[in-house]
Amino acid sequence: MQSVITTDKLTKRFGDFIACNELSFEVGKGEIFGFLGANGAGKTTAMRMLCGLLKPSSGKASIAGFDVYTQTEKIKKSIGYMSQKFSLYDDLTVAENIRFYGGIYGMNTKEIKAKTIELLDELQLQNEAKTLVSDLPLGWKQKLSFSVSIVHNPEIVFLDEPTGGVDPVTRRQFWDLIYHAADKGVTIFVTTHYMDEAEYCNRVSIMVDGVIAALDSPANLKKQFNSDSMEEVFYQLARKATRSDN
Amino acid sequence: MKSNNENNIQGKSALSISLKGIKKTYNKGTVTAVKNISFSVNKGELFGLIGPDGAGKTTLFRILTTLLLADEGTATVNGFDVVKDYKAIRNCVGYMPGKFSLYQDLTIEENLNFFATVFGTTIKQNYDLIKDIYVQIEPFKDRRAGKLSGGMKQKLALCCALIHKPDVLFLDEPTTGVDAVSRKEFWEMLKRLKEQGITILVSTPYMDEANLCDRIALIQRGEILSIDTPAKIIESFPQQLYAIHSSKTFKLLQDTRSFSGTDSCFAFGDALHATFKNGTEKDVIGYLQSKGNEDVQMKIITPTIEDCFINLLKN
Repeated sequence: MQSVITTDKLTKRFGDFIACNELSFEVGKGEIFGFLGANGAGKTTAMRMLCGLLKPSSGKASIAGFDVYTQTEKIKKSIGYMSQKFSLYDDLTVAENIRFYGGIYGMNTKEIKAKTIELLDELQLQNEAKTLVSDLPLGWKQKLSFSVSIVHNPEIVFLDEPTGGVDPVTRRQFWDLIYHAADKGVTIFVTTHYMDEAEYCNRVSIMVDGVIAALDSPANLKKQFNSDSMEEVFYQLARKATRSDN
Repeated sequence: MKSNNENNIQGKSALSISLKGIKKTYNKGTVTAVKNISFSVNKGELFGLIGPDGAGKTTLFRILTTLLLADEGTATVNGFDVVKDYKAIRNCVGYMPGKFSLYQDLTIEENLNFFATVFGTTIKQNYDLIKDIYVQIEPFKDRRAGKLSGGMKQKLALCCALIHKPDVLFLDEPTTGVDAVSRKEFWEMLKRLKEQGITILVSTPYMDEANLCDRIALIQRGEILSIDTPAKIIESFPQQLYAIHSSKTFKLLQDTRSFSGTDSCFAFGDALHATFKNGTEKDVIGYLQSKGNEDVQMKIITPTIEDCFINLLKN
C-alpha cells in the first residue's frame, strides 16, 4: 500500500516535557486511521506536527510526500482539517461557506460552482443553500464542516473528535460520509472518544504518555489484549497513564 | 418557624425533583427548547438525562437551579418551588454547569474557599465529602484554575459544587470530551456520592453511561422519548435485534440496508445491529452471501441503550 503519512522517531519537547516521544508509524492511502489516547497523551501535539503547524524537536515525518520541517505550505494544501470547534462561519450561508473555503484553497469560480452543487446534493442540503450556518442543526453543521474540509480534494483529512454531541443516528450518518471519502481514496486520520468508532477504523493507534503504546487493526488489538471490545483495550492501556492532560 | 415549615415540606415528599408540564422557548417563542416535560427524581436517586446537544438538557438544568424561568409548568426541588422558593433551592443544591464557570484567576484552594464562604461554611467542615476527589488535585492547590487541565477543572468544579453539602447535585455533561478512562473514574465518584444520600441529576451525550444510572430519561428535541430504569428500557425494545458480522463491515452495512426485509440497520463497532420486517435468518445470510460478503455470522442479541434510543428516534 502506498503510504501518505510516514513518521520516524517524531518527537516534540516543550522544555523538559516530552509531549510526543519518538513516534514512528505509516498510514496508507485511503486508510481510515484512528488516533486514540487519553486526554494529555500527546494527540493534539502530534496532529499539529503532522499538519505542518508545529515544528518537531527531532525525528522525521512526511505528509503526502512533503517534509514537515521544510514544506509546511505544501502540506497545508494537501490536507483537510476539521475539529470539534467548527471552522464554519456562522453568519455566512451554507453556499457562502463552501465558496469561501473553495476560494481559500485557490479554486476558481467555475470549480467552486460545480463543487457547491455536488456537495449540496451529496449532503441533501439543496434547500438549505441560502440558510445561515448558525440556523443549521449540529449534525448538519458537522457534515457540512467535513465536506468543506475536503472541498479541495486533499489527499489526507484530519478529523479531531468530529462527532461530539450528536445523536447516535447522526453520528453514524457522519461515518457513512467518512467511508465514502475513504472509498474515493482520501486518507482519514481521526481522533475520537467513542470507542465503538475505533472499531470503524482500519487500524488504530493508542497513545499513552507521549508514546504509541499499541498500533494494529481493531481485531488484532482485541486479540493481543484478550478483550471483547476496543473500550477494554483502551482501558487496559490508558489506565497506566501517569499524565492526565496537557 | 420558617425553617420548621421548610422541613415539613421537605419531609412530606420522597421526591427530590419534580417537573410538571415544563415548557421553555427562546427568541420570542420562535425556538422551543423543551415542551411539556414532566418527570420526577426520588431522593437519593442517580438520574440520567441522556440525549444529544440541543435536546434541551441544559435548559432543564437552568430551570431547576432557578437560573431560568419556564414559560409554562411547575417544578420543585427538595419540595421547594423553583419560582417562589428560589432562595431556598440555591442553598440546598450544587450545580456543575457544562461550561467551566469557576474563577480562572483564583487558585484551586481560593476557588474552593470562595464557594465554601459564599454558602456560609468552611472547607474543613465538609472535607469528608470532597476528600476522595480533592486529594487528586490538592498537590496543585496553588495553581490558578485557568491554568488547569480539563480533567483537573472537572474535579475542582465538582468539589466546588459539593462544598456546602447539597441535598441535590446537578451535573450538566460532566464527562463530555473526557477520555474513556477518566469517564469511568468520574462515574465511580458519582456512585460514592450517591451512597452518601445525595440525589444526583446528571446529563450526558454518551449512551453507554446510561447503564450507570438508577433511572434515565432519553431526551431529544425538547421531548422525552422514554423514562425508566435502563433494564426496563432495554426490555421494552419492540423487535428482535440481530448482530451481523463479516470481514468487511462497510460493505456489509450497505448490502444489509439494500435487503428488502430490512427495517433498520446501523454499524455498532465491528458488527451491524439490524431489525427485520420480514425474512428469516437464512434469507438474510443467503442474500448477503449472494452479494459477495464472506464469513457472514448472524445472531440474536440484547439491545443496548443506544439501540433503544435509535429505535425511539424512528417514531
